[in-house]
Amino acid sequence: MEHDKALVEALLFAAETPISLDRLREILDMPKEAVQAAVLDLQREYQERRGGFTLEEVAGGFQFRTLPEYSASIRKMKGRGPSSLTPAALETLAVVAYRQPIVKADIDRVRGVDAGGTLKGLVEKKLVRIVGRKDVPGKPILYGTTRRFLEIFDLQDLAELPTLREFGELAE
Amino acid sequence: MSYEVRLDIFQGPLDLLLYLIKKNEIDIYNIPIALITQQYLETLEWMKSLNLDLAGEYLVLASTLLLIKSRMLLPDDSPEGAGEDETGEDPRQDLVRQLLEYQAFKEAALDLDGRPWLERDVFKRGSYPDLPPAGTEEETIAEVGIVELVDAFRRVISSLEKEELMQINSEKLSVTDRINEILERLREAGQVSFQELLEGGRDRRRIVYTFLAILELMKLRMIKAYQTGPFGPIRIFPAVEEEPDGA
Repeated sequence: MEHDKALVEALLFAAETPISLDRLREILDMPKEAVQAAVLDLQREYQERRGGFTLEEVAGGFQFRTLPEYSASIRKMKGRGPSSLTPAALETLAVVAYRQPIVKADIDRVRGVDAGGTLKGLVEKKLVRIVGRKDVPGKPILYGTTRRFLEIFDLQDLAELPTLREFGELAE
Repeated sequence: MSYEVRLDIFQGPLDLLLYLIKKNEIDIYNIPIALITQQYLETLEWMKSLNLDLAGEYLVLASTLLLIKSRMLLPDDSPEGAGEDETGEDPRQDLVRQLLEYQAFKEAALDLDGRPWLERDVFKRGSYPDLPPAGTEEETIAEVGIVELVDAFRRVISSLEKEELMQINSEKLSVTDRINEILERLREAGQVSFQELLEGGRDRRRIVYTFLAILELMKLRMIKAYQTGPFGPIRIFPAVEEEPDGA
């Protein structure tokens, strides 16, 4: 059991992207329950240890991540300013995230401005991707969020996005 | 040298309208259209006086507001039959719905911003190379002139496959866009390599536009390019430290 846990820990440490329970099970040829128990055990251990990082569940997998309070020093080590998105880009991203798959015209309508520039930027940053074409005249492009979006924003899946505030029906 | 200052005060006409509603502490379901229209138009005038490039969408909403205002002023004198369908339909209804929807997404955007971002708030192992400790590197870093840049440009162009050169690209590109993009990346990362700028869509037009943008920025002395040796990667840095006010 302790050996299994160490083995799972080694894989989690060496993985480049969040690694899922299924993938761990596949590689280690262990029953899913055993893998899950090992991962949850590790997660709890790192939590209790109160160290500089924890084992986070993100984008359908598990990954070691540093705690937010140490971001300033790490950025200093990396020599990078905080990367961020403009408010306009964040708005566009939010609309895509909640309404996907969505065509550009609908994003424009919600935001009341042309979202072309911000949308292009989000595609280049690989937060948004083309997911298909809508079956209406002109076959406009449908946009959706990427797996990278989940990774960047620390989300397990889209269902983890907080519910959008009600706006549908007007109160009398 | 003329600087175009972009002041993103409002994210668009809906954002401006929401701001006015909040400022006046108005019930969003019962907007005093006359007051809000007046303040909206005044704000547009003020933005114009600041030389802000007003997007057409602001004017579209202005005309919508004026239309709603006039419809609310008109007495309901439509013929009995036709008027019946319209009873109870508030001319402001569509706008209010749009405002509420936009507000919900604006909140969702703030919510995203508040999450622990990877590479901003939290880090995974080995996401970015660490900065080399200062002073240890004995590399000679030379400032790059036009010759080295043209050389690098030639190498990139010649490395393109023939079929890539044939690609017809309808993507709208402009040197101004590329300039803004390069400046934005420099603001974000502090430096960027020539190679990185050409990543993502290695078609000829894009490379040419990127190159022209770099030349233009060097001419304006807004960036400096450095190279660690012959044929080494060319790195681009902002020429001056940005002043916090952007003044």
